[in-house]
Amino acid sequence: MAYSFPEEVLEYVFAFLSSDKDRNAVSLVCKSWYEIERWCRRRIFIGNCYAVSPQIVIRRFPEVRAVKIKGKPHFADFNLVPEGWGAYLYPWISAMARSYPWLEEIKLKRMVVTDESLELISKSFKNFKVLVLSSCEGFTTDGLASIAANCRNLRELDLRESEVEDLSGHWLSHFPDNFTSLVSLNMSCLGSEVSFSALERLVSRCPNLKTLRLNRAVPVEKLPSLLRRAPQLVEFGTGAYSAEIQTDIFSNLVEAFSGCKHLKSLSGFWDVVPAYLPAMYNVCSRITSLNLSYATVQSPDLVELISQCPNLKCLWVLDYIEDAGLKALSSYCKDLQELRVFPSDPYGAEPNVSLTEQGLVTVSAGCPKLQSVLYFCRQMSNAALIAIARNRPNFIRFRLCIIEPQAPDYLTLEPLDTGFGAIVENCKELRRLSLSGLLTDRVFEYIGTHAKKLEMLSIAFAGDSDLGLHHVLSGCESLRKLEIRDCPFGHKALLANAAKLETMRSLWMSSCSVSYGACKLLGQKMPRLNVEVIDERGSPNSRPETCPVEKLYVYRTVAGPRVDKPDFVWTMDEDAALRLS
Amino acid sequence: MAMISEEHNKEKLGFEETELRLGLPGGGGGIVNGDFGKNTNANGKRGYLETVNLKLNLSLKETEKGENLQKEKNLISCSNNAVKPPTKTQVVGWPPVRSFRKNVMAVQKSNSEEGVGGTATFVKVSMDGAPYLRKVDLNMYKSYQDLYGALGKMFSSFTMGKCDSQGMMDFMNESKLMDLLNGSDFVPTYEDKDGDWMLVGDVPWEMFVGSCKRLRIMKGTEAIGLAPRALEKCKYRS
Repeated sequence: MAYSFPEEVLEYVFAFLSSDKDRNAVSLVCKSWYEIERWCRRRIFIGNCYAVSPQIVIRRFPEVRAVKIKGKPHFADFNLVPEGWGAYLYPWISAMARSYPWLEEIKLKRMVVTDESLELISKSFKNFKVLVLSSCEGFTTDGLASIAANCRNLRELDLRESEVEDLSGHWLSHFPDNFTSLVSLNMSCLGSEVSFSALERLVSRCPNLKTLRLNRAVPVEKLPSLLRRAPQLVEFGTGAYSAEIQTDIFSNLVEAFSGCKHLKSLSGFWDVVPAYLPAMYNVCSRITSLNLSYATVQSPDLVELISQCPNLKCLWVLDYIEDAGLKALSSYCKDLQELRVFPSDPYGAEPNVSLTEQGLVTVSAGCPKLQSVLYFCRQMSNAALIAIARNRPNFIRFRLCIIEPQAPDYLTLEPLDTGFGAIVENCKELRRLSLSGLLTDRVFEYIGTHAKKLEMLSIAFAGDSDLGLHHVLSGCESLRKLEIRDCPFGHKALLANAAKLETMRSLWMSSCSVSYGACKLLGQKMPRLNVEVIDERGSPNSRPETCPVEKLYVYRTVAGPRVDKPDFVWTMDEDAALRLS
Repeated sequence: MAMISEEHNKEKLGFEETELRLGLPGGGGGIVNGDFGKNTNANGKRGYLETVNLKLNLSLKETEKGENLQKEKNLISCSNNAVKPPTKTQVVGWPPVRSFRKNVMAVQKSNSEEGVGGTATFVKVSMDGAPYLRKVDLNMYKSYQDLYGALGKMFSSFTMGKCDSQGMMDFMNESKLMDLLNGSDFVPTYEDKDGDWMLVGDVPWEMFVGSCKRLRIMKGTEAIGLAPRALEKCKYRS
């Protein structure tokens, strides 16, 4: 007996499904559900821009309103992906301009965006509302001017950590006088000064502005004027927070901040002069998110500030906080969920601050809700890691960077295998893990055995042999992204677990020992993977087949080999793949 | 080759279900009891080769033979990828701090201290006619000579004017400069903090590293317009 609801009813029900997983499941039930679902899917997430083509996306989902696309591999953040590698936005915009006239949102990460693309966006989508460019590059402030001038319904313009060629601050003045819809503006990555009066007027006429993250060029004495015009702000990023201390500036700041009864998140604080921090104290009790990672403030001043923030959920800070400051954090901020401690002097030979493994142990003990950590330090021990794991079994993200590669347990001089083993064994919900320090194949055995929910793993200078990689590929059932650098892994584990690679988004291996011949073999045997060799020494054909490739990037795709490769990227067995597709 | 201990089986680690018996010598280490034990020497290499069932039945025998033969040969163009003990200054992208953050910290440091030693200064390098940009970390080099060498490798058709023994282009000699610029050679230029385009080599190396925002390798003929300004600036400075 077949029950069938009218399509309209099914469509109505499907509209309640927001998760992609649920929608994907629904579309597998039967052909008619597939059809109904594809017509009503409004949001698309493309985790790897080369896994699919714009044409395939548009053909399947004709009525999309919001896209999120990610481009370069994560290690591009650390300059491991050469310039010109790819991840160009333009083909996507050009296709969507024709097919998605009602597109409202574009969110991008690690894509190359040109002014041409930005101009096309601004002119093609009449109801365009949200543009988020996270770690993107390739555009100038001229492109921003097009967006400002033409997107009449723009709500969000967020340039977080993008590399923008800053020709001038004039782009901001392109927002028309009757433009009032702005809700969120993040220009913190820009260098040059915008017209302050244009900024003031913009802020004044946008009553729904909730997020304003200024850039460094806005001086502290100008902040009160902006805060007074936007007392409804929820998220605020200062400019440079330095000036000679003047009582009138200080008291203006205090007054302006106290007018902002809804502030929850603060950031910015470049060049901060500690004497100005107390100006914020009367908003601190409501603050849940604090980004002090550009503030070169010493521990006592940091502690003063943090002690006023009992509701803090997220803290990004430099290692100036030291173990003592982290101890204070653990006693004042019981709601803390995320902590990131960045190195103030990553290349110094000697530690410049008193931040050790102890700080992390203390925070893990004192903050019961802590689930996400990124921690740079110079020494670690198995004992500390075991303590951390036992204190905090609820970690979902654990990224530890011991600055010296292959640094052993500083107490016992042993590898840190058992410490990280304790992390994966105790933290059963762990989704993301970054390893560092001296590690043998043993740590990978622990990971393969226990880290069943692990989705992303980052490995550097670790392991002894292919056995290590084999443990990970065969044991980590939920693995989606694996990135490896400078490890003695060859081809054996890779080839033995080739099928696993189709269940993952991508694999990155650089400065390992995977031979060109093995890459070719992998490419031949797995037509639904793009096996890309990146080698700036010239064609791998000019070297013996056993010679290891510099970098290897493998990802599943339904779009076949990519057509926009630079001359230092080769797709293995491209001809065969083209024949099969 | 020791088999997995009974405790592991009880914990249903599932090794039984796979076709692979990856026995590690030393009895597995007793994770279950919380006794993490000592880290035994993993002789995994031997055991692995003997026991792994290559599911795809991919024959690597040829390549293994090839490997043995090749070891005899001198693989000149093939770098030794065994993990060398890395020194901080050599390792690209380590520690994994984003350039965005590094550059910000570097500026803050140089505002408060004299030296910028050890931090990274990434600048984009474009070459007229080349389809894509490169990025270089100027702190990786100690002199103009070093930089030219690296740029030369990056852009293979790149040709440089000569440097004198101090590593600075002898552009105070106008006629030499004109010869260079009139040729079809490529000339490196850079944009400084003031937004002016200058010929590379006109200031001491450290000053250059501190003021260079971007590099552009121009055709000599196009760079002619820069020469007078470069000379002027230099005269102004000296």
